[in-house]
Amino acid sequence: MKRFEVIDHTADMGIRVYGKDLAELFVNAAYGMASLITDLKKVKAKESKNISLEAENREELLVSWLNEIIFLFASQRMLFSKFEVSEIDEKHIRARIFGEEFDPRKHQIDTEFKAATYHELKISEVKEGKSYLPSGPLQAEVIFDI
Amino acid sequence: MAEEWQGILEKIDDYRWLLPKKEGMRVPGLIYANEKLLRHIRMDRTPLQVSNVAYLPGIVGKSMAMPDIHWGYGFAIGGVAGMDVASGGVISPGGVGYDINCGVRLLRTNLKEEEVRPKLRDLISTLFVNIPSGVGSTGRIRISSQEVMEVMEKGSQWAIRRGYGAHEDALHTEEKGSMEGADATKASQRALERGREQLGTLGAGNHFLEIQVVEEIYDQGTAKVFGIFPGQITVMIHTGSRGLGYQICDDYLRVMGNAVRKYNISLPDRQLACAPVDSEEGQNYLKAMRCAANYAWANRQCIMHWTRETFEKVLKVSPKDLGMVLVYDVAHNIGKIEEHFIEGKKKTLCVHRKGATRAFPAGHPDLPADYSQVGQPVIIPGTMGSNSYVLVGTDRAMQETWGSTCHGAGRVMSRTQALSRVRGQELQRELGEKGIVIQAKGYKTLAEEAPSSYKNVDEVVDVCHNAGISKKVAKTRPIGVIKG
Repeated sequence: MKRFEVIDHTADMGIRVYGKDLAELFVNAAYGMASLITDLKKVKAKESKNISLEAENREELLVSWLNEIIFLFASQRMLFSKFEVSEIDEKHIRARIFGEEFDPRKHQIDTEFKAATYHELKISEVKEGKSYLPSGPLQAEVIFDI
Repeated sequence: MAEEWQGILEKIDDYRWLLPKKEGMRVPGLIYANEKLLRHIRMDRTPLQVSNVAYLPGIVGKSMAMPDIHWGYGFAIGGVAGMDVASGGVISPGGVGYDINCGVRLLRTNLKEEEVRPKLRDLISTLFVNIPSGVGSTGRIRISSQEVMEVMEKGSQWAIRRGYGAHEDALHTEEKGSMEGADATKASQRALERGREQLGTLGAGNHFLEIQVVEEIYDQGTAKVFGIFPGQITVMIHTGSRGLGYQICDDYLRVMGNAVRKYNISLPDRQLACAPVDSEEGQNYLKAMRCAANYAWANRQCIMHWTRETFEKVLKVSPKDLGMVLVYDVAHNIGKIEEHFIEGKKKTLCVHRKGATRAFPAGHPDLPADYSQVGQPVIIPGTMGSNSYVLVGTDRAMQETWGSTCHGAGRVMSRTQALSRVRGQELQRELGEKGIVIQAKGYKTLAEEAPSSYKNVDEVVDVCHNAGISKKVAKTRPIGVIKG
């Protein structure tokens, strides 16, 4: 099953993500973004970090979640390749993410993400009968500033 | 790609197109473009974003688009909007952008092309070593959080005090490189953390440092005042506030998301989130945004200092013989509280320039004394490997665009399209054939930023010139580039 696809955008870059539920949607969004930062085959799950976030609604929660991962790379030079959501609802997420410290000899950074934006951000339920979607009853579109 | 925008645009003259007011819009839109650029603008659906900005509380005049405008998130990139503070006008972090005070500075020298050519490769590779670049690059300056706060409040003045450059540099910088009303306590701990390691770095994306040659002069008198002559070597530095700015933007978008609910502001796009300038949220954002602006000026100031050192060392010239003087430094992603006249009445506006440059005319009190007779230099970077321009601000800009003009070329091709069409190595070879030496961290950024991904800068500048919102002074062409 397809977890995400890249949306072509003149100035920036976006992803369209799928998931059977909110947890899978968030995991796939993080995975999608991380795989645009670097080749995830080369990022070992050596260390982990616990993440706990709150927001006003699930869209804002998704942006906070992605920006948390961007922040951890920018401030602690950590790359992540594996994401596990333990608890999630519309306003909270608790997760554990796995990766390793950025090593310029081993990892090539393909794209510097400034931030995930709120632009045209939507998480939508896929109604029955729309089976053309690759997977999941939920989909989200996020545009990044790069 | 999304569908072409089909709405109505009324032709005012060859370079101006009115986007009529429709329900919800508080003011009409105005797009500066010729017919060819307008086709790109329609295909890009940018007029929709121009009309979205016209919904914002307190907007006065018109929601404006410069000829280099292209689709962004929320606000289009290349937009100018002024909000009347006294009538509930708002400030929107999305109207400034993530890279707060992304901007350019132009340095002139006493050198001519033939004096630099033989050492060009050496110069570029030494600059590449001395000026950290690339994704997530960290700098040569390591400072404590306390000192980051000082950088945020003092900008170029901090850098100069620490020995990076001279007092005169600040005089030739917008806001003297040190915007008043910056308060570092309004920035998050996270912003400080991201700011600590990145001072004095170029970064990646469309940022660059170029060695250029003055190719053509259009306005002898003004060029003379700016110290620019044909065949002269110049250096252009294009970068911004790095991760610190991105963090401040992101933090305040969240704050503004709540403010929108609190002040009951209805918006066509969440990314336009804003708060009244006079509210606590609005004031706090302004104070934090100014911190990022100051950080960016300090950043370009440090990079300029190492550029001077590198030229002196590689070319074995004294600072006096090199004569590397800052012509001017402009911001092209910023929000400013400025005085403007509306129908003869003086008003205090919050001017958003997102991908637009300030272009103040002769006689404006914010200009340095030596440029007061001619107007503010406007530095327009081309894309990597293409021409750049020096323009000058005009009275017409003051009347029509809150003293603003274009900022560069503007994208026409998405990054993925660019990648499939131009390979980094091929591009390097092509530029090499034109006598341009280039050194970059990654071939991927190189391909993404290929000149063919952008609008023709010559055309963009001609529209601004012909529309009278700035005047052409000089054109430069690159001979050496470093990129992240």
